[in-house]
Amino acid sequence: MSADQFVQYLMSGLTQGSIYALIGLGFTIIYSVTQIINFAQGEFVMLGGMLSYVLAVEAGLPVPLALIIAILIAAGVGALMYILAIRTARRASVISLIIITIGAAIFIRGIAGNQFGVNAVSPTPFTGRGSISFLGAYIEPQALWIIGITFLVTILLYLFLSHTMVGKALRACAVNPEAASLVGINTKAMALIAFIIAAAIGGIGGVVIAPMAMASYGMGVMLGLKGFVAAAVGGFMSPIATVIGGIMLGIIESLAVGFNWGPFTSAYKDVIALVVLLLILLIRSGKLAAAERAA
Amino acid sequence: MILAWAKKKWSWLAVAALIIFLALVPFKWFLGQYTSIMIFVGISTMITVGLCMLMGYTGQVSLGQAAFYGLGAYFSAVLSKTHGLNPWLAMVIAAIATGTFAYIIGYPIFRLRGNYLAMATLGIGLIMWTLFNQMVQFTGGPDGMSGIPYLSIGGFSFDTSFKRYFLVWFFCLAILFLSQNIVRSRTGRALRAIHGNEAAAESLGINVTQFKVKIFVLSAVYASLAGSLFAHHLRHVSPQSFDFLASVKLVVMAVIGGLASIWGAIFGAGTTRFLSDEVLLGFNKFPQLDIIIYGLILMLVMILMPEGLFVAIKSGTMWLKINWRDLPAIMKRMKKDFPEQVKYFLSRLPLARLWRKTEP
Repeated sequence: MSADQFVQYLMSGLTQGSIYALIGLGFTIIYSVTQIINFAQGEFVMLGGMLSYVLAVEAGLPVPLALIIAILIAAGVGALMYILAIRTARRASVISLIIITIGAAIFIRGIAGNQFGVNAVSPTPFTGRGSISFLGAYIEPQALWIIGITFLVTILLYLFLSHTMVGKALRACAVNPEAASLVGINTKAMALIAFIIAAAIGGIGGVVIAPMAMASYGMGVMLGLKGFVAAAVGGFMSPIATVIGGIMLGIIESLAVGFNWGPFTSAYKDVIALVVLLLILLIRSGKLAAAERAA
Repeated sequence: MILAWAKKKWSWLAVAALIIFLALVPFKWFLGQYTSIMIFVGISTMITVGLCMLMGYTGQVSLGQAAFYGLGAYFSAVLSKTHGLNPWLAMVIAAIATGTFAYIIGYPIFRLRGNYLAMATLGIGLIMWTLFNQMVQFTGGPDGMSGIPYLSIGGFSFDTSFKRYFLVWFFCLAILFLSQNIVRSRTGRALRAIHGNEAAAESLGINVTQFKVKIFVLSAVYASLAGSLFAHHLRHVSPQSFDFLASVKLVVMAVIGGLASIWGAIFGAGTTRFLSDEVLLGFNKFPQLDIIIYGLILMLVMILMPEGLFVAIKSGTMWLKINWRDLPAIMKRMKKDFPEQVKYFLSRLPLARLWRKTEP
């Protein structure tokens, strides 16, 4: 692999990894506040992507407005999911909650397939389809949008969690829900906020990735799984580690495909991510199990 | 006299009635038109039973059960078609290979719990699905492979749906009886202990991981047998049958039948199969309806009756059978003795808002 190609694969890994990071952030926020793994996280990305196409291309809304509406709808679906499915079953066991969020995931997927059709769609990129030359690699402008927006979301989320009252309350719930409710924090409201933020971040991910990678009603499972890998790196507690984990995963995937060595052809790209997932889970199993017991 | 005997042995009578019913189904004058759906119900039941033992009795989740189903089907297909092996031998090799695979991945995977276990099994399901799609030289890729031979004994070939119906249900009932015995044995009690409290089970000398892996392997072998029967029934296998939704569908079946219920698996598999193959086929104008309904079922059953629909109906009818004569009296006494509690209970019912206006 030449240096030019290396930069090319690195950049595409960084782009893809940014999306995984955004999805992973959603997992982390919901898990740290509610101790629930939301198996429907990938579906918010799908909603963002599909809705941005439907609103901007089919309904002909101006692009920025369409994107904002798409993200808001995704966030609304997240809120509804919490209110209708999760809050009504708060005392449920871990197995029940897994099955409930899986049910929500395929329900959302089914509705999307029903309403938007089963074909993959490709919304127009934010700023044209050309390409920019960078260190011998060619980069689509959309890739820069993706990386930039991920960076922005991460910074905003950090500022929100560390500098606002609501953000601090969310973190208090993550540290100790009972103590948080003792000092007057409404933990149920915080859980709702966590779901809304996670769904909105997922929606943002979908909106920015769709012009590059196309969107289809079934994209949620695989993306959700990769976001889960990113969040597992951070033990579902650390947003920064999640972002790093997501970007690492994207780069590993991209470089493995780039080397095109032995079994690592693009056909097996997803398998690489899954093997990374299993390795991370097994390496961290002791720590994750301890966290689970403490929760 | 006869009635008293029937009351004592009612569960055996129910099973006997079920077997007679199942034996009559494929005849034209009975429910012959449903033979081919019922074959799939049998195949699905076999996998669901394994999943129920894993999820309901041991308390461990698997979101990748379709991987083992697919492994069984592809092993059978490749060995019997490409390599010309005897289909029965292929089926046995498939079951052993799938069981070994489950055993090898079982030990590392069952170091994980709850959510992480669920994601890991989901990941394994997706890996296998990708491999079925990509290993074109073995599996035929996304198009799958056709021309798999029928099973046969001596000169008797299972070449019609009618014959295969009995073959599939023979395997299915054998698995159901075997599972029932396991659940009622020492192993079954150990599994329930693990479900209740792992640390307590461990302190009683139960090797928790070993039991989990054993049941995981057993459920994988069930799924593999089902996959082999599937391959020799349809004579065609393709990756679509073993994707993520297939795994979720199996969970739906287990959830409807009741996670901790062996015979409920038939009910769960039957309801799900008839729903997708008969009832919903009429709704061509509303695509994806089956997925939407599965999602609703998963959420509603888990929120409202976590033991499963079948178990809820069973215990509900049992309660009514015992108490129906006294129902008005019970209600009256409840209202008199616990007015606050009754009011609270009524207000908590899902549709309470509708009748609150009429009955304050």
